[in-house]
Amino acid sequence: MIYEGKKKIWSEYQKEIPDDHYFYVRSCIRQNFFPASEKMFLEIVRNRLGRDFHETEHHTTCGGIAYHSDAIPQETVMTIIARQFALMTEAGYENYVASCITSFGLYTETIESWKHFPDLEAKIREHLWKTCRKEFKVPKYLAHASDIIYKYRNLIASKARYKLINVKTGKPLRVVEHIGCHYAKMFPSKGVGGAEYPYVLAGMIESWGGEIIDYPERRHCCGFGFRQYLIKANRGYSMSNTHKKFESMEPFKPDMIITNCPGCPYFLDRWQYVISELEGKTYGENGYGIPVFTYEEVAGLVLGYDPWDLGLQMHQVAVEPLLDKMGIQYDPSMKYKGNEGRDLGMPEMPHFLKCC
Amino acid sequence: MNRKKNILIAGAGPAGLEAAYRLSMMGFSPILVEKEEMPGGHLNKWDRLFPEREAADEILERLLSRVKNDVNIKIFTSSYIEQINELNDSYNVILSTGVTIIAEAVLITTGFDLFNASRKEEYGYGIYERVITNADLESWFKGNGKIPVENPQSIGFVHCVGSRDEKAGNRHCSKVCCVTAVKQAIEIKEIFPHATVYCFYMDLRMFGRHYEDMYLEAQQKHGIRFIRGRVSEVSENKEGRLVVKAEDTLAGKPVKATMDLLVLMAGMTRPASSASLYEQLDLSMDEDGFLRQSDAILNGQSNHRKGIFVAGACTGPKTLPDTIHEADSAAMAIYEYLNRMTV
Amino acid sequence: MINFGFTLSPSSRIDLDKANKPDFSRLAEIEPDILKCMACGSCAASCSTVNFGKMNLRKVILMLTRGEEKDALPLLETCVLCGKCTMVCPRGINTRHLIISISEAYKKAQKTERK
Repeated sequence: MIYEGKKKIWSEYQKEIPDDHYFYVRSCIRQNFFPASEKMFLEIVRNRLGRDFHETEHHTTCGGIAYHSDAIPQETVMTIIARQFALMTEAGYENYVASCITSFGLYTETIESWKHFPDLEAKIREHLWKTCRKEFKVPKYLAHASDIIYKYRNLIASKARYKLINVKTGKPLRVVEHIGCHYAKMFPSKGVGGAEYPYVLAGMIESWGGEIIDYPERRHCCGFGFRQYLIKANRGYSMSNTHKKFESMEPFKPDMIITNCPGCPYFLDRWQYVISELEGKTYGENGYGIPVFTYEEVAGLVLGYDPWDLGLQMHQVAVEPLLDKMGIQYDPSMKYKGNEGRDLGMPEMPHFLKCC
Repeated sequence: MNRKKNILIAGAGPAGLEAAYRLSMMGFSPILVEKEEMPGGHLNKWDRLFPEREAADEILERLLSRVKNDVNIKIFTSSYIEQINELNDSYNVILSTGVTIIAEAVLITTGFDLFNASRKEEYGYGIYERVITNADLESWFKGNGKIPVENPQSIGFVHCVGSRDEKAGNRHCSKVCCVTAVKQAIEIKEIFPHATVYCFYMDLRMFGRHYEDMYLEAQQKHGIRFIRGRVSEVSENKEGRLVVKAEDTLAGKPVKATMDLLVLMAGMTRPASSASLYEQLDLSMDEDGFLRQSDAILNGQSNHRKGIFVAGACTGPKTLPDTIHEADSAAMAIYEYLNRMTV
Repeated sequence: MINFGFTLSPSSRIDLDKANKPDFSRLAEIEPDILKCMACGSCAASCSTVNFGKMNLRKVILMLTRGEEKDALPLLETCVLCGKCTMVCPRGINTRHLIISISEAYKKAQKTERK
């Protein structure tokens, strides 16, 4: 691999990311799957870096899941999006940041569509007025939350307590980065580093001391694909995609996976369990899986937050091997304790996948 | 004709050299302007030529010798046309070196640029060491540098890189890449007889005489495997070998192959450095950036401008013999034009 | 093993790394003209049984060169060796003879495998 060649491509796909003053919208599913990720994002940008990120309890889903599952038509999803933009306009913001890749892709697609079809935008404005009596401005800047962490990656590194380095060997951790398809595949120029060699997560890994793994199926979809997962009869497709990726990354012996999409970390994490039950195969060391993280969780670990406050006990694949490699102190007895030490109960252990 | 008329020739590649020779024979005074240090254009970089595999340097030597020994022909190398203005019946030309020329006619033989293969990001040229271009391979055949792997076991050729590709800005077929790929596949197979060699093509455009014979030879004698399908993605495995994905459109199934060397058949695009010349002369051009011929069938060497003529790949991808014939035709067209002017 | 109600889907991808097989080399030795096929489809178009069975010589040749003989060999079963494909082949391949050679070459291989 010629690193300079990648750097050249990265330099060609740099997007403008404003430094401050954002209207933040959450994902529908991330708070269930990775409960502390969005909280950690706001904690970092507001309290650690002192930036202004506004959010409102009045925002809803972007409609992406229903749209991509063919449950609602495009005009409906655009009207929902228009309402989100109206909330931003009312709050006095121009920079819009989405926590979710599906949302980010859909916002990008919607704004681009309106540029090409102004009549459609006018129609949506009418729909929004009729339904909600609201008006909106199109965001001046649209970012995905990973763009923001990418922008602050060196600031985070300067405040880091831990690095993506194996404390026992002193070597960089080997990290797989997985980018949600709708981050840049539809509009390569809207993603940091483009679509073929995205830099948004690679930049974080570099800043925080890790080594990036470029394996053959790096660009492949995690397999979520909405309908592929949502309908049980199709779930085999979804899992087969994940399986293909794991088979491809296995020889590189990754220490961890970092993702920037709501669906990808969920499926890369949970399917490791299902594959282990079906095939008896695990991909980590000593019967463990390969731990999968959101970029906010990794930022949190690097900054020294307690793993259990980051919600890492919600992962299927045990994160402890990675915590040990990074030299992070944690109390194993607190893994399944909730707020104020309340006992959450131990989950049932899988047959093959070792989970501590 | 009392005094020898000057013909400015923009570009001293094969078309320019051939035209200069013919124009001089007709009693004109051709002036070649070449941006590179050496005349000869892309022919300098090529080793052997399809279909008979003649040595490129011998062909170039023959083209050059006729020009170099001719006192009527001037060559300005490492120069380009900085300014060109139309006068009544001639053009006033100022070169980058400060030289000023009055020319009665101008022949555009600016040729083509090889498509910049790194623009097809998915193929990883400039990122994965083992991905090279047709020009890189030809340079190695010529004895320059080395290929990134010593004894390749599996070698792939990717046709249509930057050709037939609207997103790359090139809807056109570059015409010569199919036969070049087959030629290079045979040549590399002769060097590494134990290697498995694949050609990934969309259509095999074996239009010229003996080209089909080359295709048959590649199949029958060398066992080269032809997969109908465009390569979609290249990546690197743990050993640094390439993993190549395509669809075998004849089987209707995706294929995957691990390769030690992948050769991208970069196509022909408009010559970027000629943009200013084209603009100053207000030459008519097609969407693809190649110059338009005023009448492609019966008057192929005229552009729409008075006293301006075109030959070679500046009007679209061409083989070397086509280019040479066009240069000859251009000389005839210029002769006819200037004689008419004199009368 | 847990029954989840779904399993891994089989891959339809052809792995060219596995396409170099001794059976095919043997076939190409006795029937070198197989390499001349340019996949025009004349043979399949004129086949007497094509409308009624799976026979498609173009596909058989293709799949054998891709190392997918499991998909190729069953297609030959309905061939009646009428020879029409030989008449239409533009590259002059003796396709009738080729079909017999394929059966022989791969039958031997199958027998050895069974042993």
